[in-house]
Amino acid sequence: MLYAILCYDSEDLVESWTKEQDAQVIAKLDVVKQKLEREGRLGPTVRLLPTTAATTVRKGKEPIVLDGPFAETKEQLLGFYIVECASLEQAIETAKDLGRASSSQGAYEIRPLRLFHAGGLAT
Amino acid sequence: MNEVASIDAALVGARPQAVGALLRHFRDLETAEEAFQEACLRALQSWPSNGPPRDPAAWLIFVGKNAALDRLRRDRKQQPLPDDDVPVELSDAEAELAADLDDAHYRDDILRLLFICCHPELPATQQIALALRIVSGLSVAEIARAFLVSESAMEQRITRAKQRVAGADVPFEPPDAVERAARLSAVATAIYLLFNEGYSATGGAAHVRAPLCEEAIRLARLLLRLFPGEPEIMGLTALLLFQHSRTPARLDADGAIVVLDDQDRSLWTRDLIAEGLALLDKAMRHRRPGPFQVQAAIAALHSRAARPEDTDWKEIDALYAALERLQPSPVVTLNRAVAVSKLRGAETALAMIEPLAPQLAGYFYFFGLKGALLLQLGRADEARVAFNHAIALANTPAEAAHIRTQLDRLTKR
Repeated sequence: MLYAILCYDSEDLVESWTKEQDAQVIAKLDVVKQKLEREGRLGPTVRLLPTTAATTVRKGKEPIVLDGPFAETKEQLLGFYIVECASLEQAIETAKDLGRASSSQGAYEIRPLRLFHAGGLAT
Repeated sequence: MNEVASIDAALVGARPQAVGALLRHFRDLETAEEAFQEACLRALQSWPSNGPPRDPAAWLIFVGKNAALDRLRRDRKQQPLPDDDVPVELSDAEAELAADLDDAHYRDDILRLLFICCHPELPATQQIALALRIVSGLSVAEIARAFLVSESAMEQRITRAKQRVAGADVPFEPPDAVERAARLSAVATAIYLLFNEGYSATGGAAHVRAPLCEEAIRLARLLLRLFPGEPEIMGLTALLLFQHSRTPARLDADGAIVVLDDQDRSLWTRDLIAEGLALLDKAMRHRRPGPFQVQAAIAALHSRAARPEDTDWKEIDALYAALERLQPSPVVTLNRAVAVSKLRGAETALAMIEPLAPQLAGYFYFFGLKGALLLQLGRADEARVAFNHAIALANTPAEAAHIRTQLDRLTKR
């Protein structure tokens, strides 16, 4: 089963990291990613641009276009991993590994997913 | 990242909201700042063992408020109370209540805090110093280093700024729409000044001070999160992102200035450009153009050009013309002249900047551009005079060195 591991954290906080701190976190996360890669379980990983770059389209007869993210919350969706996991247990373990590496507060939301279209976008 | 560093980041991240809320409660910058310091001290004691709270800002506001109230009471009675009567343990229910109370004011708290620091009555250098001290939480020593002045001089500058804003009349009621717009615009300008201070440092040895630029970008993003639908704040943020994206290419290995045309564009930070373009796209949809949006659009055209010769100078010229209408200034016309020189030649550009001479007699870039245009026209002697003027007006050693290399080329001819 494919799982999306959605990373939520306070944007105020993450933006307060110095470049060095940010680089440290990314380096630690890379170790976890490499392990997943070796196991052939890693799909796309995404870091979203700041929520200030977000636009929301409210569906409706007349769709409304709003500036900013869909929900105003204390923690924001900052990125996600797509990972192949044999079970929810394994997905939780993976999220824990990522959590230990990133060392910030935040939360990971684990969402089983169905792939509509694998896509072939070159990045 | 170790624990101390992550607590540090949490305190820095929560700072604007917490100090802003404390300022609303106590209506005094000094008290608010002390209350926040006290809360930080308690956080450093409590968070390592209990783990940081879910909402650091709410925790700091709650603890800071109680600590300051205690101090006020103590000062009044002039008798000591036990030091530990402030509950450092904050139950979730209490925290939620505190957070709810403060969320309603969140936006205006931070805006007021920024506005007080960037109060139009303060000279620009004091605005920036005060904002860095109060909003960003940099130490006086750090700010002094950034401005290349002694710590005592900076201490004095900040004290003077504090005294001045304490006397300034800033209403604490939630502002109406007009007042809010005025505050927003003053704060946006101050953030822009802060960025420029880092981007082309005046009067110091270092030509670029990236931390000031990064702090300005952090504040711009913060402002944009508070006012997500303001196209000018999108424009401001985009502009800073585009400019900062070029930082890795602006100086060579020896610290010499590399002009835009000669920069290795592969060194430009792509992520920042992508974010800037996204913000500019969003801003355009509002169809409410303003000076920051136009400047961002100009910067975007440079960012989009893979090679200097791909630059859309025609569009840049048109945008500068728009900027001249929105915000007429000799500096804008001077910048436009660069585009004009690419489109219609150095002679036309020179004719365009000549009338600016009286207004820009003390401006480094005026003589730099004048010299370069004269050089293109083969008027070497006049170019030399202009370049010598420029060197005398250079803000940093790098600027002076840059002009000197052009002078050297002149002599070799």
